[in-house]
Amino acid sequence: MSATTLTRCDMSSNSLYQRSVISANDIKLNDLELIFQVAHAFKKAPAGKVLNNKIVANCFFEPSTRTRLSFETAAIRLGAKVIGFANGEDISVQKGETLYDTMRVVSAYADLIVLRHPAEGAAALAKEAARCPVINAGDGANQHPTQAILDLFTIQECQGQIDGLSIALVGDLKYGRTIHSFTQLCSLFDVRLYLVSPEMLALPESVCNVMKKRGVRFSFHQNLEEVIPKVDILYSTRIQQERFSSAEYQLVRNQFILTPALLAKAKANMKVLHPLPRVNEITKDVDDTPYAYYFQQAANAVPVRQALLSLMLSESGQ
Amino acid sequence: MSEILPVAAIKNGTVIDHIAPGQALRIIHLLSLENSQYKVTIGLSLPSKSMGKKDLIKIENRVLTDVEANEVVVFSPSATINVIQDFEVGEKVKTRLPTAMKKVFICPNPVCITHTEMIPSYFYISEERKQIKLSCHYCEKLYDRDQLRVNI
Repeated sequence: MSATTLTRCDMSSNSLYQRSVISANDIKLNDLELIFQVAHAFKKAPAGKVLNNKIVANCFFEPSTRTRLSFETAAIRLGAKVIGFANGEDISVQKGETLYDTMRVVSAYADLIVLRHPAEGAAALAKEAARCPVINAGDGANQHPTQAILDLFTIQECQGQIDGLSIALVGDLKYGRTIHSFTQLCSLFDVRLYLVSPEMLALPESVCNVMKKRGVRFSFHQNLEEVIPKVDILYSTRIQQERFSSAEYQLVRNQFILTPALLAKAKANMKVLHPLPRVNEITKDVDDTPYAYYFQQAANAVPVRQALLSLMLSESGQ
Repeated sequence: MSEILPVAAIKNGTVIDHIAPGQALRIIHLLSLENSQYKVTIGLSLPSKSMGKKDLIKIENRVLTDVEANEVVVFSPSATINVIQDFEVGEKVKTRLPTAMKKVFICPNPVCITHTEMIPSYFYISEERKQIKLSCHYCEKLYDRDQLRVNI
């Protein structure tokens, strides 16, 4: 079945049409199923130009490589035109314009806005200002819902299912916005989480409380070796140097480095994910093991974002 | 020592009693009473049989709206609000915890967008194990009520 056909047959219940994607908390299981179906079809077959007359505005107030380029690629593959900027330095914000006004104006030019901004809650404000749907491509340390969606798509792809899996989240669980969105989406599934981090980078209490309320099983660990044999997915994240003094960073940067030797006791089906960029948390020689799946994960950004754009902008899929 | 509270009765207006100690001044700010035309009597840390200590506010010639009365509950779920008519309790105001509050609180998160854009704060309100919790609509951070400053 081609992507277009699958898209068309699901459009009668397209819950994402003209809707914004701001927080993982807003995403329901049926939304995810729809995105996965369409993304899977886009992976299998060349995309039709379903967004031929549409304009997507990529508004990136912070640097980004993978997120910005994968959104741009997704839009171009669907036939849309892309406008926007790759940092906030060259635009009217420097003249004192508010984000609200910027988003209001850009929404008059484009059919959809993809926003990355350093302030937490920027995407929620953009949704209020814009007259078109908004996708949150990262707002400070708060949310990065589309990364979490593509992470779960990748897990489904490499494991054949999500329910019943054991997943280790490793590294900076405090400031990592991807992790916050990911744990919230995990509450839609029957998964067991192992949270592996230095004490000072543990998952925030507020995120843990939400998981408790939603019945997600999780436990805290500081030893990566003891967790590896138990899990189906090991999701490693970068320790963000910019959050620490150099002395603190030296203390935590080498705590959870994944090597082929550490993977010796891993389950045969286990896969390693990472949102990238990596610094030193996964050594290069892990790339050659059957466990490495982070480059496939990064590649999945395009079909998943194609699915999001087409579902948000095309009710009929044509 | 006299057991009579040193707080004068009012003829007409509103008495907010059984306020959790320490919350009266925040309620004064909430209701913008600090610079209003109304006469206000405030009792802080008064003795209370049921609470040990309590705060109390009497406002002459002013009746709270339903929204105001419900917002008082956010600061003190134990508070009772009575409308006074000719020195008698005319009506016991029924209250319920509001689901959200706009403008009243300041988000403690220094990188919340509400600090860089001149927009009113917006918090969702819930009660967990008798604790009032507020969640910022924008940055999604969750706070205990006493962690938040009131917008004056």
